[in-house]
Amino acid sequence: MKRELPLLLTAVIGLFMILSFYVPHHLVSVPADFLQQCAVIVVAFGYVLGGANALRVNLDGIARRQPDWQYKLVLVVSLVGTVVVGLAEGRHWQDKSSVSMFLYNQIYSPMQATMFALLAFFIASAAFRAFRIRTVEAGMLAVAALIVMLGRVPIGNEMTSWLPESIRLGSLQEWIMNVPQNAAKRAILIGAAMGVMATGLRVILGIERSYLGGGD
Amino acid sequence: MNLTQDLGVWLAALLTLFVFSFLYKDNPLYKFAEHLFVGVSAGYYIVLNVWTVVVPNLWDPLVRTFTGRDPVTNAVVTQAGGPFNASVGDYRAWFLIPALLGVLLFSRLVSRIEWVSRWALAMIIGVYAGLKTTGFAQGDLVAQVQASMQPLWTPDVWTGVNAILFTIGLLTSLLFFFYSREHKGALGVLARTGTVFLMVSFGAGYGYTVMSRLSLLIGRFQFLLEDWLGMK
Amino acid sequence: MNLTWLEKLDRRWLFLIVGLLVLGPLLRPIGLPLVPTKPVRQFYEAIEAVPDGAIVLMSCDYDPGGKPETVPMTKTALRQLWDKKCRVVITCLWTGGSGLVDETVESTAEEYRASGKTLVYGKDYVNLGFKAGYEAVMVLMGKGIGNAFPQDHRANPTASLPLMREVRDYSSFALLVNISAGYPGTKEWVQQVNSRFHLPMVSGCTAVSAPEYYPYLQSGQLRGLLGGMAGAAEYEKLRNEKGSATEGMDAQSLAHVFVALCILMGNVVQWTKRRGAGA
Repeated sequence: MKRELPLLLTAVIGLFMILSFYVPHHLVSVPADFLQQCAVIVVAFGYVLGGANALRVNLDGIARRQPDWQYKLVLVVSLVGTVVVGLAEGRHWQDKSSVSMFLYNQIYSPMQATMFALLAFFIASAAFRAFRIRTVEAGMLAVAALIVMLGRVPIGNEMTSWLPESIRLGSLQEWIMNVPQNAAKRAILIGAAMGVMATGLRVILGIERSYLGGGD
Repeated sequence: MNLTQDLGVWLAALLTLFVFSFLYKDNPLYKFAEHLFVGVSAGYYIVLNVWTVVVPNLWDPLVRTFTGRDPVTNAVVTQAGGPFNASVGDYRAWFLIPALLGVLLFSRLVSRIEWVSRWALAMIIGVYAGLKTTGFAQGDLVAQVQASMQPLWTPDVWTGVNAILFTIGLLTSLLFFFYSREHKGALGVLARTGTVFLMVSFGAGYGYTVMSRLSLLIGRFQFLLEDWLGMK
Repeated sequence: MNLTWLEKLDRRWLFLIVGLLVLGPLLRPIGLPLVPTKPVRQFYEAIEAVPDGAIVLMSCDYDPGGKPETVPMTKTALRQLWDKKCRVVITCLWTGGSGLVDETVESTAEEYRASGKTLVYGKDYVNLGFKAGYEAVMVLMGKGIGNAFPQDHRANPTASLPLMREVRDYSSFALLVNISAGYPGTKEWVQQVNSRFHLPMVSGCTAVSAPEYYPYLQSGQLRGLLGGMAGAAEYEKLRNEKGSATEGMDAQSLAHVFVALCILMGNVVQWTKRRGAGA
């Protein structure tokens, strides 16, 4: 029953949500609206759980003196500090002058942006070291990539300004995006939609149970 | 050059440089910045979800229902019909259900009782499976197939040629993913044609990905030059 | 020609070249001309077609990781809407984004007021802030915006705001302007809101997501599309503005040329190596 009852709950709720798409009657729409409210709240609890789990794992690492445990201490202190400050500041914790917003604007925001900015260097390095044209298909990929990369920025049109407008890099790039790329992406969209619908029905009907985890 | 006097900007700039130092090699400054970032972001996510969801969407309605007072202004709140008289957007005591499910989720932290969290997971999975199934069906399948029915014979030759090419690309790309039969003979030819279109789309995707990643670097350099060094 | 030294090149030299190629044009702009493309012009025209004074929903679904691409789009779209006296309701569905979105909206509003125009929070624009729940929030808003967002970003009760008294559900909005960096974002708004509630929408997105939204543009589910920093820069050009996106395009151009050369040179090195081994 530890697995069967949750499976039944998923089935009932999932079918109800699908029904709510077609039936506007309040006997369906009001419970469906309530279920969506529940999902919003439980997802928020999930985020809190995630933070609590990060705390637990790193406290464990510090206690066992795992390698780099000193950095884990930095993580724990900053996590606890941010939570304490944020909760203490109350409902107006997102006001411009709050300590929480200082932490967000001067620590979280710049570091997240910089972590992603590192990718620019790695993509250039990977283009040189890993992008190998060994087949005709890879060659097509490379040609499309080069045309789109250069055609999407102003230098592409400048480099080919001596050509008629319809075959400049900018125009070629637009044609690639609107015709062949669009066709393939639509095929992927349609295929993925069918896959998601099939997986959704498998989950609702209890055929797919991996989300319950292992154990009894 | 006009260096900023703002300590916050100095802190942000130094942390930015600590992260960039990873490009030379992994080092203590980078590790410190990385762990600080993870700690602050985990803490921020907790506080955000408490004050923007748990409190206004759960706690406040329950306080109004069971105390008859607004939790912020302490003004009296009259709710006709009792705590279980729900209407759209006003679920009163019914919010005890998501409150319980949310608390049950925390049982995942204790391996002996983590099976209890399956109830909360079952509810979430049921809701999102239902929403995604209908969303993908209507938004992606029906609408996209409908939009694919475009006229192939048009007054303008190039529009017609593009429409024919588009349709060929769509059908052959779809056939590429048909694995119920081996890609031989006519199906093989069509699938290989689909491969051409798919490769072009992956190349276009790669080009746009390069653009996206480089934009992020440009943004950081703009911050360092303008906000930190005052070079504008 | 012996190119084996290139094969052994320390990647940190490549990092240095990328860094210099990006830094150079930021310090000394080249001024390469921008030509707005059709999806960008469609985005601009879709907003222009909104009746003056109408209420528009703007969902800013991004965080600092996509800032250089999404923030310029947000600022330019807000200015275009406010020029048309449109009232804007802003939301954010990304956990790490609400602080950035608020900062972007408020800084744009301050610049707008500094140019002598009136803009009152609660009357001309409202920032409802963040809500967890992805697609569930989108569908929840269909029954009542205030049900999903009982308070705004500043913890004001939503019902107390003059603008929100005129907003009931999606039928109150003339357009959805979605600026997104991934999931949840444009795809989910198309699937859950445009398809179910038939709210017209336009999208500005990071370049990495843009190719997969072209089918939505072609089908009419999206009325316009801004893709990445180039899209943001072209949009600024249409508005005769010169923001951070425009300033970054020269650096973008040179960096793209370098990456293209990296792809070509990397393969030339491999081919000459294979030819040398075969000889």
